Amino acid sequence: MTTETVPPGRDTAVASTRGFVAYRGYRPPAGMLSWALHRITGLGVLLFLLLHIVDIFLVGYGPETFNKLLFLYRHPVFRMGEIILVAGLYYHAANGVRIILIDFWDRAAQYERQLFYAVIAVFLAGFIPTAVLMVRAMLT
Amino acid sequence: MSAPRVRAGRERPAGGFELYSWYFFRISGLLLIFLAITHVVIMHVINTVDEIDWNFVADRWGSPFWRAFDWLMLFLALLHGLNGARLAIDDYVRSRGWRVFAHSVLWSAAVIFLVIGSIAVLTFNPEAFQAASSAMGS
Repeated sequence: MTTETVPPGRDTAVASTRGFVAYRGYRPPAGMLSWALHRITGLGVLLFLLLHIVDIFLVGYGPETFNKLLFLYRHPVFRMGEIILVAGLYYHAANGVRIILIDFWDRAAQYERQLFYAVIAVFLAGFIPTAVLMVRAMLT
Repeated sequence: MSAPRVRAGRERPAGGFELYSWYFFRISGLLLIFLAITHVVIMHVINTVDEIDWNFVADRWGSPFWRAFDWLMLFLALLHGLNGARLAIDDYVRSRGWRVFAHSVLWSAAVIFLVIGSIAVLTFNPEAFQAASSAMGS
């Protein structure tokens, strides 16, 4: 028999636990975490792209119209959002390379967890200097 | 006795539109890494939103290179992003009616944003405004 046997009592214990408590001690596999982040960052960057197409369309209406709108992007909340946007974009780029590696290089699947750590390393190596420069430009 | 060779990588679509979509994701993604990160470094690190205004854009689009760069990025990023949204819709929107609605919105958005984005990048003519503003100034 190949059917897995569930220890008695385990099912009911899980069923009686609800909400975040149910996930206590749960460590998501690297593939699940990287997939969720890839989708969230992708949809986030898409949302900004649509907004950005609308604002750049207004360039065609002349300097008064366009420059009036720029107060929005210079607002501190948007400046923070700008840094989050760059973080999302950098992660999506680094993880995209990991996806392509796994798809075209047979042995990459064996190193899936290591590749995920490499994605985090590449992300941090790119994002930290960028964020430092952006914050410094904001403060001066 | 040799075991059948199993592809180690992930599943990929067998053919048709989904396979084109699959390749498009990867090829546009690689190009966008170069295009979008160059764009971010120029627009958000070397320059910031404090310096960028209408004159900055007008100056930049004086060069056919940057217009081509920006249009290619617009085209690839929009289709890459909306293709991702299409997969998300396929994953989460189950009922037939809502699927028709979501895909209609998605494809309409693709057409509308591609058109207004292309109009912005390709038809921009700074001279019209510079002539108008110098006439007003004098």
